Amino acid sequence: MVTIRHPRTALAATAALLPVLLALAAPLLAPADPDTGHLADRLLDPGAPGHPLGTDGQGRDLLSRLLWAARPSLTAGLLPVAVAALAGALIGITAALTGRATEQALLRTLDVLYAFPGVLLAIAVATLLTPGLGATVLALSVVLTPAVARVAFTETRRIRTAEYLEAATVSGATRTTLILRQVLPVVAPVVLVYASSLVGLAVVYAAGLSFLGLGVPPPTPEWGAMLDELRPALFTHPWLAALPALVILAVSVAFNALGETLRGRLGEGTEATR
Amino acid sequence: MTALLRLDAVSKSYAHRPAVADVTLEVRAGESVALVGESGSGKSTLARLALGLVRPDAGSVTFEGRDPARLRARADRDVRARLQFVPQHPRGSLNPALRSGEAVAFALRAHRVPRRERADRTAELFRQVGLAPELARRFPRELSGGQLQRVAVARALATGPALVVCDEPTSALDRDTQERLLDLLAELRERTGTAYLFVSHDLAAVARFAHRTLVLRTGRVVEQGRTEHLWTAPAHPYTRALLDASGPHVTLRLPERLPERRTERGAERGAEPNHKTEEPT
Repeated sequence: MVTIRHPRTALAATAALLPVLLALAAPLLAPADPDTGHLADRLLDPGAPGHPLGTDGQGRDLLSRLLWAARPSLTAGLLPVAVAALAGALIGITAALTGRATEQALLRTLDVLYAFPGVLLAIAVATLLTPGLGATVLALSVVLTPAVARVAFTETRRIRTAEYLEAATVSGATRTTLILRQVLPVVAPVVLVYASSLVGLAVVYAAGLSFLGLGVPPPTPEWGAMLDELRPALFTHPWLAALPALVILAVSVAFNALGETLRGRLGEGTEATR
Repeated sequence: MTALLRLDAVSKSYAHRPAVADVTLEVRAGESVALVGESGSGKSTLARLALGLVRPDAGSVTFEGRDPARLRARADRDVRARLQFVPQHPRGSLNPALRSGEAVAFALRAHRVPRRERADRTAELFRQVGLAPELARRFPRELSGGQLQRVAVARALATGPALVVCDEPTSALDRDTQERLLDLLAELRERTGTAYLFVSHDLAAVARFAHRTLVLRTGRVVEQGRTEHLWTAPAHPYTRALLDASGPHVTLRLPERLPERRTERGAERGAEPNHKTEEPT
């Protein structure tokens, strides 16, 4: 019999993986074309025949749109986090291991980015670019990188004077080998766990940009854009208007839970090594 | 005999507080030199100066005629290989994210040992330090303190060093494990002829391991000489206080004398006193 060693982590990972699988299987699962609707069927409530989750203001099937919207929405949630994890780790490790001048230059640059609220910074960057998925990914990467860099910097600073790094230095390794084979194995798990907890935030930010018309242009379905499209029906058909918000909430909670459980597991690991 | 390692009038301060002041010491091939003193006496700073991990504010450090702080990773690989390090804390001496064998393999890799040979060499080094090669697959958290220090010794020996700097390698171990580790270091010294700079506040460890001992106090050498003379007839009050404070369990178990030095001893006796002391402060 298969036993699951860490059921909470497995549950959180399954919850986070589910929307990704649904996004991949959208062509198979979606009952209708997400972009085509019939005005006669507009704003049908959930449970209507042929439309399990109802329809939007243009009569398009909401289940199909939610499934297809998972693709750009999750891309906008996951890709900036991946970019931020790579760029942040590079900046943080470099700042912690190089001389004081480079460290100060990098940290103060991060401080400038920190001075702006995340949402405002994302809007500011997105408005400079042509609206679309690329603009969303770039804007969110800029917003998330400083936070990841701070985590990587702090963790690298913590281990900078560790005896195993001194011994590795004395071993005669080059700086690059030292970073790749001694620093990265310690810093990467911390960065990845932190980054996983940012996915939920990135999904919400991406939805926010689309809501403001700075994200994926219509008619491509995207959860934030769908929220905006259904806003006029908020008081007449609240369940329909709430659906994209509920999906965003569920995905955000799933990724946050994954980040939390991974953080807990990492804590157990480092406790054991102290 | 020429010195492998020479620290010449080195001084080092941290935040305007002197950690080491005007210390001169030499370690010759095959010789074990101990640095003893209480916490804050500058022992570990001297060890790091010797390794080139920190640079002196004044004075010079040379290992085989080169400044270890200026050794370049690639160009000076061969010199670097001959100066190695066993850190103090068993839990801190190995990377917690890597298997214990990878620590040894890392040192081999840095010295261009081909990948296919690394596993065999790692297993051989594990056997040399009295560890089952299977332990190479374990993470540091799965090993005991004594096993971790043995892995650290294996890593230090991986590159065939002429000198190993041991920074209080036994301080975090229980008495039995300390004894076994010291026996191992002594055995390896006999077998490989490796020299040691041995930092310790453990007088029993020093007494049985070091040919020569330097007593440090607030960064200065207050007394130095051959270990047996220092221990049987300490001249400086601080050395006497250290011996008194160490309690009755400290027994003098001297290391084997250096074969090379036996021949020199007669001349040496005539040329220099058995040990030197500074005026008590």
